[in-house]
Amino acid sequence: MIEHNLLEPDMITEDGDFVINIGPQHPSTHGVLHLKVWLDGETVKKVEPHLGYIHRSIEKMCESLSYRQYIFSTSRMDYLSAHINNQACALAVEMGLGVEVPDRAKVIRTILAELTRLASHALWWGCMGLDLGAVTPFFYAFREREFINDIMEETCGARLTQNFIVPGGLMADIHPNFVPKTKELIKMFRANIDEYNQLLTGNVIFQQRTQNVGFLSKEAAISYGTSGPVARASGVSCDVRKHYPYDAYDRVQFKEILGTTGDSWERYVIRIDEMRESLSIIEQLIDNIPEGDIVAKTKQVIKLPKGEFYSRVETARGELGVLLVSDGGSTPYRVKFRSPNFSNLSALGHIAKGSKIGDLVAMMATLDLVIPDVDR
Amino acid sequence: MITLSEIAHNIHVKLSGAITNETLLSITEMAIVGIILLGSLVMLSFFLGYMERKVAAFMQIRLGPNRVGPKGSLQIVADTVKLLFKEGLTPNASDKFLFNTAPYIMVITTMLVIAPIAYSSGFQIWDTSIGVLYVSSVSSVSVIGILMAGWSSNNKYSLLGAMRCGAQIVSYELSIGLSLIAIVVLTGSLRMSDIVMSQADGWWIFKGHIPVLIAFVIFIIASTAEINRAPFDLAEAESELTAGFHTEYSGMKFAMFLLAEYINLFIVCAMGATLFLGGWMPLHFGADNAFNHAMDYIPGFVWFFGKTFFLIFVIMWFRWTFPRLRIDQLLNLEWKYLLPISMINILLVTIIAIFGWHF
Amino acid sequence: MGLGSYISTVFSSVKSLLSGMKLTGYYFTHHKEIVTQQYPENKREGALILPERFRGEVTMPHDENNEHRCTGCQSCELSCPNGSIKIITKQEVQPDGKKKKAIDTWVYHLDMCTFCNLCIEACPTQAIVMGQEFEHSVFDKKKLKKILNKPDSKLKAGVE
Ligand code: SF4
Ligand code: SF4
Repeated sequence: MIEHNLLEPDMITEDGDFVINIGPQHPSTHGVLHLKVWLDGETVKKVEPHLGYIHRSIEKMCESLSYRQYIFSTSRMDYLSAHINNQACALAVEMGLGVEVPDRAKVIRTILAELTRLASHALWWGCMGLDLGAVTPFFYAFREREFINDIMEETCGARLTQNFIVPGGLMADIHPNFVPKTKELIKMFRANIDEYNQLLTGNVIFQQRTQNVGFLSKEAAISYGTSGPVARASGVSCDVRKHYPYDAYDRVQFKEILGTTGDSWERYVIRIDEMRESLSIIEQLIDNIPEGDIVAKTKQVIKLPKGEFYSRVETARGELGVLLVSDGGSTPYRVKFRSPNFSNLSALGHIAKGSKIGDLVAMMATLDLVIPDVDR
Repeated sequence: MITLSEIAHNIHVKLSGAITNETLLSITEMAIVGIILLGSLVMLSFFLGYMERKVAAFMQIRLGPNRVGPKGSLQIVADTVKLLFKEGLTPNASDKFLFNTAPYIMVITTMLVIAPIAYSSGFQIWDTSIGVLYVSSVSSVSVIGILMAGWSSNNKYSLLGAMRCGAQIVSYELSIGLSLIAIVVLTGSLRMSDIVMSQADGWWIFKGHIPVLIAFVIFIIASTAEINRAPFDLAEAESELTAGFHTEYSGMKFAMFLLAEYINLFIVCAMGATLFLGGWMPLHFGADNAFNHAMDYIPGFVWFFGKTFFLIFVIMWFRWTFPRLRIDQLLNLEWKYLLPISMINILLVTIIAIFGWHF
Repeated sequence: MGLGSYISTVFSSVKSLLSGMKLTGYYFTHHKEIVTQQYPENKREGALILPERFRGEVTMPHDENNEHRCTGCQSCELSCPNGSIKIITKQEVQPDGKKKKAIDTWVYHLDMCTFCNLCIEACPTQAIVMGQEFEHSVFDKKKLKKILNKPDSKLKAGVE
């Protein structure tokens, strides 16, 4: 008996749309994202992201952790910018305590944050190639990323979830190898960005795939609440490092790279240029690390005064906001994270409408989603 | 020096001494050829699998397989053993008959196509007078296997992959056909051995001027598309359709798709080598000269396999460098670029052939 | 689209493709650039160097007299965000007759540890440090529950 349920209602809707589920287990969703996609042939008519597969209730968990402890759990949100997440949490606590972080700690934090951004963007570049069917970029990108991870490992002790930041400064001083190795990295990375351009950016197939698809207008970018490179590609100036400088960003010169068209190609180019900017930020700071303490004196058990404290940082994907509500105790009363990926994902349905299914994957890659950050 | 054709001839003489019945003799010979072919094709796909992994690894600054066997050369054997022991799942709601036949159709068509390929002087399974036509027509049957696999799996990804594949193969057949015709026009024969012999004083790619060069480039591009390899691997685009038409296949049935893919790769490269690069014909320039004689010392099958593997390497090189095209771009490339170019090209080739302008 | 621009598009596209192939071709022929390390061979050959700050597992160093520095203050237990540490204390009678708190067992749940380094930071006597061991996989989860103080070990004299 031959049975075909291709025509059953769950496969094809009344309008004749072909409904497929991309994910939660799918090579290009980079995690457990579930997209329900309505197709008309190859053309995407509607995308509906379904979330919650990797919800670990980090926000609720933080309510039972002390102000020293809750920092570590945020490494598991956007695990590619773990250090920057930690930084945001520490900034919120420092704001509550009103302590001034020593200069040395500020500068080192900033360098580490930029290294994290570089590593994250390198991985994104590799995955971008992978999503478009070119496997080789992935391995080239990992070469640089491994180098950064080694630097991190030497100084922080861990490669990915560093947890190197404590309220008031840093856990330890930098390793003696840190400065020479970072300088080596700057040289190497500059050369490798040229390789990236040679392999992928200049490639005509790649350009054809990304140009003129996935338009996100400036208005839409604002209304969906996107941030980071996604919003900047649409011309929205939203770099927290520029507008609300924290740590050592007020003492460096860097450009906020803005796009105009807001298509997939623009989002790609912005990240490539951002890598160069990050390198120049590191270059400016690496020779000028001030001497001094690495941590401000804080009590062993931190108690924040009653009130709300909000800090914002620029992660590799956009603006991360941390809201701490304190009732005066030793644990937060409420913690809320404004994660960049959640808002960026919400724009996917808008930009993917009317494109081909292959482009949907490319657009997801240009949004640079990290799913654990969406669900938290 | 003993040539392959002499060995084949000797075996034939021995066999006809032992078996007097004509029919029985040819059946025995066919069986022998079939078994040798099967064995060597499996070996070939092992080798291609190994080569692909190593090429990919070195291009990606990796080492590639290096644990099983010397330099990892037995890795593919280990993988095959693994696939053999895996359960061949058939999805419940699938069309079981079509689902189970599709991989066989894929393999059988590729095996059929291998018949007229000339490996060495006089060493050929079937030297038919319609060689080129036969190859290009039989190889297109494989699209039926892919469509069957995609439809019968009862999986939406498979169906999308199969439909893409259908569109792709049907369009690219045209360019392949036209670029093959360029050589056929110059040679005046569809017979493989004639085509090889016509290159005794220089390969077509050298003596056919620019039109043949263009035909060669088009042939390489179109045949990459025809065998569904990156950057044209839309039928199995893993980042979009998980594994495309063979998403639901597992175990040995999956291995058969792989086998077919590798044999197909070999066939198109062998065709390219035969038509454009002189097949087993050594590198000759002009008529009788010392250079030609020196080249003749390298046996024909070395030339043939050398050229074929060079082309295979180039196609692998493509795969590990380029991103994938989108379906509409894929069809644009064919209908807006390759087809018009090859049509004009065929005109030029015809003019060259009529006036005898080639060397 | 004019014929000229059509042809120039074709040529510039081919050029961009070839430049990509040049890069992969370069790496194909230059095997010195390979960055892969061979694990576990590199461990045997000594090529696997872990930085000294690497966080592998929490360990408690004992000196040659089987003495450690842990006073049983439980700061580490309090500072651990996920309860990987459990310290069981006992009352020990000192030679001068006074009773004093000391550790009985220092239980470390490696399976829950996130290697966050907070316990090491919190310890006032530097009794625990991060070890370099990183191959923690076992078939039985029970093996990941470790007792860090060695049997019959004592508190080092002078550590308060
Ligand atoms: S490293 Fe962190 S998680 Fe592990 S035991 Fe120490 S405090 Fe607990
Ligand atoms: S290890 Fe350190 S912090 Fe933990 S109980 Fe012992 S002395 Fe106290």
